[in-house]
Amino acid sequence: MQLTVWTYEGPPHIGAMRVATAMEGLHYVLHAPQGDTYADLLFTMIERRAKRPPVTYTTFQARDLGGDTAALFKDAVAAAYERFRPQAMIVGASCTAELIQDDPGGLAKALGLPIPVIPLELPAYQKKENWGASETFYRLVRALSGPPVERGPVDGRRRSCNLLGPTALGFRHRDDLIEIRAILGRLGIAVNVVAPSGATPADLGRLGEADFNIVLYPEIARAAAQYLEKAHGQPFVETVPIGVGATTRFVEAVAALAGVDPAPVLAGAPSRLPWYSRSVDSTYLTGKRVFVFGDATHALAIARVAAQEIGFRLVGLGTYTREFAREVRAEAALHGIEATITDDYLDVEAAIQAAAPELVLGTQMERHVAKRLGIPCAVISAPVHVQDFPARHSPQMGFEGANVLFDALVHPLMMGLEEHLLGMFRDDPEFHDGAAPSHLGHRPSDGTHAVGRAPAASPLAPAPAPIRIEGEAAIQTASWAPDAEKELKKIPFFVRGKARANTERYARERRLPLITLETLYDAKAHFSR
Amino acid sequence: MNAHAPQPAACDVEIRPERGQRAVFCGLTSIVWLHRKIQDAFFLVVGSRTCAHLIQSAAGVMIFAEPRFATAIIDERDLAGLADMNEELDRVVTRLIERRPEIRLLFLVGSCPSEVIKLDLSRAALRLSQRLAPEVRVLNYSGSGIETTFTQGEDACLAALVPGLPEATEADDDLLVVGALADIVEDQFARLFAELGIRARFLPARRAERMPSVGRGTRYLLAQPFLTDTARALEERGARRLAAPFPLGAEGTTGWLRAAAEAFGIDPARFDTVTAPGLRRARQALAPYREKLSGKRVFFFPDSQLEVPLARFLAREMAAELIEVGTPYLHRAHLAAEIEQLPGGTLVVDGQSLDDGLDRCRAARPDLTVCGLGLANPLEAEGLTTKWSIELLFTPIQGYEQAGDLAELFARPLDRRARLEV
Repeated sequence: MQLTVWTYEGPPHIGAMRVATAMEGLHYVLHAPQGDTYADLLFTMIERRAKRPPVTYTTFQARDLGGDTAALFKDAVAAAYERFRPQAMIVGASCTAELIQDDPGGLAKALGLPIPVIPLELPAYQKKENWGASETFYRLVRALSGPPVERGPVDGRRRSCNLLGPTALGFRHRDDLIEIRAILGRLGIAVNVVAPSGATPADLGRLGEADFNIVLYPEIARAAAQYLEKAHGQPFVETVPIGVGATTRFVEAVAALAGVDPAPVLAGAPSRLPWYSRSVDSTYLTGKRVFVFGDATHALAIARVAAQEIGFRLVGLGTYTREFAREVRAEAALHGIEATITDDYLDVEAAIQAAAPELVLGTQMERHVAKRLGIPCAVISAPVHVQDFPARHSPQMGFEGANVLFDALVHPLMMGLEEHLLGMFRDDPEFHDGAAPSHLGHRPSDGTHAVGRAPAASPLAPAPAPIRIEGEAAIQTASWAPDAEKELKKIPFFVRGKARANTERYARERRLPLITLETLYDAKAHFSR
Repeated sequence: MNAHAPQPAACDVEIRPERGQRAVFCGLTSIVWLHRKIQDAFFLVVGSRTCAHLIQSAAGVMIFAEPRFATAIIDERDLAGLADMNEELDRVVTRLIERRPEIRLLFLVGSCPSEVIKLDLSRAALRLSQRLAPEVRVLNYSGSGIETTFTQGEDACLAALVPGLPEATEADDDLLVVGALADIVEDQFARLFAELGIRARFLPARRAERMPSVGRGTRYLLAQPFLTDTARALEERGARRLAAPFPLGAEGTTGWLRAAAEAFGIDPARFDTVTAPGLRRARQALAPYREKLSGKRVFFFPDSQLEVPLARFLAREMAAELIEVGTPYLHRAHLAAEIEQLPGGTLVVDGQSLDDGLDRCRAARPDLTVCGLGLANPLEAEGLTTKWSIELLFTPIQGYEQAGDLAELFARPLDRRARLEV
C-alpha cells in the first residue's frame, strides 16, 4: 500500500481512454463500477472537448455483483455497437472489474460482432496511465495495421511517413502536430497517417504504406513503432524535436530517412530563441539554478534546452516515468547530479528544497510546490490543469515551439534589466528585495519579503562542500561586526546570500570570532580565485 | 402566496424507474466537502489509483492545501494475501497519524476494490481505534461506486458517526439538524432556531469531540435529501424525523423551519415574526430571477438527489417548466413533502440509462439542462444551455439568504448565452 495524496498518472485505463478519445470511429467498452465515469470530465473539462469520449461503461453496482456481471458486459458491448456503429472496438476492465475476473475479450468475442474487437489487458495494480496509452496503441496497431504492404520503388517518389504518439489529454499535442506537419511539408515529405490523434481504425490499416515512422512521444508510441519496424520494415525517428538543437537534429534525421535536403528548413534563423538567448538582456540567465521534473520526454528535452540553449545550470532533473528512468539518469549524470525518479510528490518537494533552485520547470504539482517555496516556476509537462490547454497556438515542438519555450522559461524570472535595477536601486521604495517580477503581479505583503529572501537564503548559497570541522568552536558561526553587516547589505541581494555564506565559511575555517569589514573583503578575494 | 406557481397536483407525478449506464460520481467524492466540514477529521480511502485519481480530479486545486484526505493505494503485493494487507494498512495509518498529530477522527473509507476483495475495514477500524485511543477515533464507511452515488457518501459517513454519538438525556430537548451545510448557512439556521426558542445542534459538528447527542425523543430535521442510512441509524437510537420539505428557496426554507416550529410547539405568531425578515429578503432577491427563469423548460440529469427539491423550487418559485427530473435514488418518504408540491404531469426518473436519457434530452431541447461535467460541454456544443450540477453541492444554497444565489446559479448560464455574440 502506498499513501498517496497526489498522483502524477491515472490508472492504465485512462491511458486507453486517451487513445480512444483521440481517434475517430473507435469505441471503448469499459467494464467498470458506477463512478468510473468521472474520467469523462478530464476530457470534457480540462481539454474542453466538445464531444463525450467514445466510452461506454458498464457501471455495475453492488446489486449486480450477485447476478451476472458478465451478461451485463455483453449487453453493454452489443448496445454500444448498435448505437455507435464503430469501425472497431476495444474492450477491457478497470481496476475493480479486474478483480471480479469477467473476461472482457472472451465475452466480446462471443458476440461475434462484424468488426474487429480488440481486448486490452491493463494491469491496474501494477501499471499506470502512460503505459496504458502505449499498450492500447500498440494493441490497436498490431491488430489493425494489416499484413506487410508492398511499397513502390523509392526513386523519384515522394516519401511519406506516419506521425505516431499524439493523444487526447496530451500536453500541447494539438499544436506540436501543427508544427511538425509544417516542417514535413517544407521538407516535401507526405504525412500518411497521424495516430492516434484523428485516426480511424481504417487509417491504422494504412500505416504500412508509409516509408517510415516518426515517434513524437516515446512514452506512447515507441512500442507501436517498434512493432511497425518489425512487421512492416519501417524505420523510425525518435528524436523529440523540443528545442532548437533537438529540432535541427530531428529535421536532419527525418531528411536523411526520406532522402531529401534539410537545408531549406534549417536555413536562416528558423527560431528566435538563439538570438534572444544571445541578446545581452539574457546574460543574467547565465547559470541560474534550475530544477526540471516531468514525464521523461519533456524532462529530458527541456533539461537540454535549459542547459544548452538558455544557459541555465541544471541542479535537479527527474521524472515520474519509471519506464524511462535509465535515460533520465544518464542525462542527469552529464550534469553531475542524481536524477529524481519517483511518483511521490513529497519526494520531489524534498528534492527541490535540497537543490534550492531559482527556477522550477515541472508539472502542475511542481507549480504548487514552487509557489509554496516562493520559487518562480513554469509548467513543461503533464499532468496539467485547464490553463495549460490554451486557446492560443503554443507548441513545445519545432522552431516555433522553441520560441514558446524561451518565453515560458524566462518570464517567471526577473528580466535582466529589471534585476539589474533592483540591485542598483535596492534602497528605493520601488526596488526592494521583495519585489516580484513586475509582469507577475504582486504577492500579498505580510512584512516579510518571501521572494527576495528565498534566493538570498538558499539557492545562491554555494553547494555544500565538505568542510572539516575541528572541535566544538568551529561549528559556531562568527558574529558580524555592525559595519561589516552594513556593507553586506550594499551587495546586490541576488549575490548577497552567497557572499554571506562564503564570508561565514571563511571565518569559520579560520576560527575568526568576529567578521569585520576586512574579513568580508578578505573572503571575497579568497573565493574569487 | 405565489401567483405564478402551478397548482400542486401530487397524484399526477409519474415516477419511472430506469436501469442502464450511469454517468454519476461515486460516494468518495463527498470527501471533498466533508473534510472541510469536520475540521479535525481525516479521510483515508483504501482503494486503487483510480480512486486517488478521482479525488484529485474532483478536488481540483484544493489538493495542495495540506488536505485532510488521502488514498492508500492497493498494489499487487497487497492482493497476494489479506493478512499482509491489514499490516500494510496499519503501517500506512501509523505513518499518517505521526505526520498529522492534530487529527482526532480518522475515517477508513471503503472503495470498490476494497469492497470486492472484502477487506474488512470495520474490523481494521476497531483494531486501529484501540491502538490509537484515546487521541484518535477510527471509523469506517464505504464510499464505493458499487454501493454509493455521489452524495450517498455523506450519508454513509454520517451513518457511521451515529452509533458513537453520546446518549441524550431527558433534559436534552434539542432539535438535531442532519446533513453537512456550509458554515455560513449553519450559523444562519442556528440564529433562526435560537430566535424561535429552539436549541438546535448539527450533525456533523465541526469538530470530532463536539458531535451532538441523540436518544429516545430526539427530533431531527434532515437538511439534505440524501440521508437514508443516517436517518435509519438515528431512528435505531430512538430519534424521530420531522417530515418537511428541504430548505431550498423561500418556500422550502419556510416549510422546513415550520416543521420544527410546530414540533416544538412554537407560537405561530412568533414563527411569523422570526421568519418574516428572512422571507422578505428571500422574495426580494428571487424576484429579478423569476423574470429570467419563468417559463424556461428545464431537464435534470441524475446526480445528487437534490434534483427533486431543486425542481420543486424552480417550478413553484421561479415558474419554470419541468421536462424531466432525473435522480440517482428516490427516497419516497423523505421526499414526500417535495413530490407533493411538484406540478402535475412532472416526470421523475429514478435511476439512469445514460444514452436513453440523452436521447430524450436532445428530443426535448430544453432551455436549461442540469447535468454533470462529463455531459455539460458536449451538450453545450450541441446548442443546449447547461448548468453543471456539482456546483450545487459546493455552493451555499440553503436558507433565506441564499435563495437569490440559488436562483442565480440557474439564471447565469441563460444570461451568458444571451450575452455572447460569437
